[in-house]
Amino acid sequence: MRQIARELRQSLSGSLVRIGKYSLFVGRLLSETPRALLRFRLVVEQVYNAGALSLVIIMLSGLFVGMVLGLQGYDLLQRFGSEESLGTAAALGLVKELGPVVTALLFAGRAGTALASELGLMRATDQIAALEMMAVDPVRRVVMPRFLGSVIAMPLLAAIFSMIGIFGAQLVGVQLMGVDPGQFWSQMKGAVEVADVMEGVIKSCVFGVACGAIAVYEGFHAIPTAEGVGRATTRTVVTSSVVVLLLDYMLTAVML
Amino acid sequence: MRATRAIELGTGLFVLLGFAALFFLITQITSRQVGFGETGYRVSAWFEQVGGLKPGAPVSMSGVTIGRVESIGYDFAEYKAHVVLRIDRKFDRIPDDSDAAIFTAGLLGGQYVGIGPGGSETYFKDGDRIEFTQSAVVLENLISKFLFSKAAEQTPTDQEAP
Repeated sequence: MRQIARELRQSLSGSLVRIGKYSLFVGRLLSETPRALLRFRLVVEQVYNAGALSLVIIMLSGLFVGMVLGLQGYDLLQRFGSEESLGTAAALGLVKELGPVVTALLFAGRAGTALASELGLMRATDQIAALEMMAVDPVRRVVMPRFLGSVIAMPLLAAIFSMIGIFGAQLVGVQLMGVDPGQFWSQMKGAVEVADVMEGVIKSCVFGVACGAIAVYEGFHAIPTAEGVGRATTRTVVTSSVVVLLLDYMLTAVML
Repeated sequence: MRATRAIELGTGLFVLLGFAALFFLITQITSRQVGFGETGYRVSAWFEQVGGLKPGAPVSMSGVTIGRVESIGYDFAEYKAHVVLRIDRKFDRIPDDSDAAIFTAGLLGGQYVGIGPGGSETYFKDGDRIEFTQSAVVLENLISKFLFSKAAEQTPTDQEAP
């Protein structure tokens, strides 16, 4: 009984310590941001790594999510005889929810793992220690560009996802199911407001900060062994996904 | 630096595509029309009941959108809802005895203001007032009216029976 209590206390204080470490690390990253933006070339390279290389998977997923939304939405709406609202339903769902969230989940799997394992391997092969030996701050030189790269890439990826998704929904709804294209677009235009688009953009910016920070934290603090790097990569995906879904609920509750 | 130029090109393309997508979402998906709000004149209308009318709802004449609802407020001088309509400058020959009514587009659609032209020789100017208005139909009122009229029909026949 006593042992259980002790282990419970230990795991509780362990998770508290982890949350504290995360917060301190994110605070450090944010405070370094203005200076890191001056080294623009490094950031550009990371925007390429995090954003441009994720483009194919994001576009493909966006297309299929949009198409599924078109099918399901049509099936649901035609029961009420209002299949013309398909455009509205698909656009609102994509712009406000699915775009930011699915993009963030895919991003954690595609770019977050790459970041974490790269940094973890740098740690394991003593490259980070070498930078420190040369009096180069590894957070400034290595971590910050990667973090900013994902913060910049995420909103753009989410916007691309939503756009492709709407085309996917249009493809299924209009071409396949025969919804009137004029109704599809005009009802969408009538119901969606700029504030809805902005809600999605704000969400994806927050997710970009969260996913980027988790990936670089796990990679940077990985145990410098093969197993440790693997564990850091796994933890990146799991933590990012949970945090994204949690943040999504909170942000939706605030902004709705 | 390895293949810096290719990376820069790829990043440029990606950022361009991202902003193009954002621009598409804002201009094509939403009803924001560039320059529509500034180039019109305002007329006011007082309604007993505006129902679910919202700012930004279309103002239409014979089904053609000629403007938007700019603001909705409550006027304590008249105890009515005060609706300001902004009408596009192109439509400057609306007779000043026209009437305004609030309609619903379809069964589930939003509400809009419909203008029916009058016969006057003079036209609306900025700041004019629409004298003849017809309120939004509230479904609950209709149903209760119907029920009361049914009940009123029913009671006399019940009394005649015995």
